[in-house]
Amino acid sequence: MAYLGLYNYWIVIFLMMSGFYIVIARGNLVKKIVGLNIFQASVFIFYITVGKVSGGTAPIIVEGVTVYSNPLPHVLILTAIVVGVATTALGLSLVVRINEAYGTVEEEDLGAMGGDD
Amino acid sequence: MLALHFPALQVVLPLLMAPVCVLLRGARLAWLAALAISWVTFAIAGLLLAEVLIGGPLSYELGGWAPPWGIEFRLDAVNAFVVLIVAAIGAMVMLYAPKSVAREIGQDRAYLFYAAYLLCLAGLLGVTITGDAFNLFVFLEISSLSSYILISLGRDRRALYAAYQYLILGTIGATLYLIGVGLLYQATGTLNMADLAQRLGTLEDVRGVRVAFAFLTVGLSLKLALFPLHLWLPNAYTYAPSVVTAFLAATATKVAIYVLLRIFYTVFGADFSFGLIPLGSILMVLAVLAMFTASTVAIFQSDAKRMLAYSSVAQIGYMILGISLASVLGVAAGMLHLFNHALMKSALFLALGCVFWRIGSVQIEDMAGLGRRMPWTMAAIVAGGLSLIGVPATVGFVSKWYLIQAALERDLWWLAGLILLSSLLAVIYVWRLVEVAYFRAAPETAPTGEAPLVMLLPTWLLVLANVWFGIDTRLSAGTALEAAARLLGGTS
Repeated sequence: MAYLGLYNYWIVIFLMMSGFYIVIARGNLVKKIVGLNIFQASVFIFYITVGKVSGGTAPIIVEGVTVYSNPLPHVLILTAIVVGVATTALGLSLVVRINEAYGTVEEEDLGAMGGDD
Repeated sequence: MLALHFPALQVVLPLLMAPVCVLLRGARLAWLAALAISWVTFAIAGLLLAEVLIGGPLSYELGGWAPPWGIEFRLDAVNAFVVLIVAAIGAMVMLYAPKSVAREIGQDRAYLFYAAYLLCLAGLLGVTITGDAFNLFVFLEISSLSSYILISLGRDRRALYAAYQYLILGTIGATLYLIGVGLLYQATGTLNMADLAQRLGTLEDVRGVRVAFAFLTVGLSLKLALFPLHLWLPNAYTYAPSVVTAFLAATATKVAIYVLLRIFYTVFGADFSFGLIPLGSILMVLAVLAMFTASTVAIFQSDAKRMLAYSSVAQIGYMILGISLASVLGVAAGMLHLFNHALMKSALFLALGCVFWRIGSVQIEDMAGLGRRMPWTMAAIVAGGLSLIGVPATVGFVSKWYLIQAALERDLWWLAGLILLSSLLAVIYVWRLVEVAYFRAAPETAPTGEAPLVMLLPTWLLVLANVWFGIDTRLSAGTALEAAARLLGGTS
């Protein structure tokens, strides 16, 4: 039962592994970016989980509340989300350029066309 | 008063100048702006290193928030040294840039190159200077994202695919680092490196901390292209514009190695990293494999840039080998090679940029008779190659001298033998260039003539630096030894 109570972490591990798997196994460049996003999302959930104090509320001083969640990891992860968005944007724009230059976004075809020699 | 803010200005100036470059538009104006900022950061880096060597570590509180709550920029002998390397290479590369950029990237897009370059410089300097583990991640991503852009600016369409592959692997590396930082925060409740070191020291051996250590190590190894995680590097270096290759080869992987040193020695401490975990032997095996495998692959390349890219993977092996010895002499040898390799590889890649400028190719086949057609450029390549091999009176010799001493100090005779043996592999691939350039006749129609002086001058300045620091090692070896002593001497 103790392990079930940590279900957030199970979600994190599941997302992390599926994202990672997609990045490795999929040959489509856009799908790889999607996998990368899932991989990063797992880390976001991890940070948010770390900051949560059970029974705690948002860190705003209110009468009668003594337990607060830790806001710092949440703020950190906002930054990481921004970084993730920038990475996705750049990655996708590279895919667009690759499609213009090669006429395909499949890893196999790119390898055959000397993109990976 | 201004000097007080040097640590922050070092990072903020290039960061602010990047959008200005975009607004300036003109290739020449943008170059002048980037050049001015590069030299200002170089000057600041020199002043900071002098200050740190005389007066001890510097701490700068960003926005006046005291650490460990606020972000702290912290400079000691270790990172002031790395900051100087990055800034110096940046200054040289910018001096070289305009003609090469005009030819390989195009005048119409040049301002974007300068903007991305400045962002990359800001990111790399930020990574080196910061004392906060999460802030480091942000700077790491600033430098990485801009380096993907820089690589994709190559004329060959394969540059795009190389940049994409680097983006995927680089992001995985950075995300693994982020997970590691999260786990550390969970265990200690702090992000400041000095504070982390203190709190980790008092912790029992917790599994979470070990997992954090593993994530940080693997993530950073991806970034620094430690064998066998180096797969992104050869393509990226081969298809990027020459200026970009010279800059990234000399700085990006070096900064990642510095971060690894920080994590191993300052944050976790040598007792944890090398005592509790058999990291030394793991790294040593990987380093030796890198030295031999990558050098052997380099021998069989037909593209000179690609050959040097594989040689970079091998040279990273030497640096990691020094670190894996976990002794003052070993770490000093690693740091010294970090400095020396930056000098030799930037000189070599800039010289290859000159070759490309004149003959439009860096295929070894096309370089026939180049010793007569471009005597100064080829002389620079030979000098850089000798330094790569480790011939006395070059920086390469000094690195290997310290590295072998460090191996002998631990009674690892076989390791010293392997270091010498792998140097012989470098002889073979450098010889291939020399043979084609000096002993093969040039085809009748081959373009002849030297590269412009603005390109030759920075190349030769770096070549001369190779010789200078090969003879006078007070700055390089002296600082590296001091830095290593500081890293192994406990937290600072």
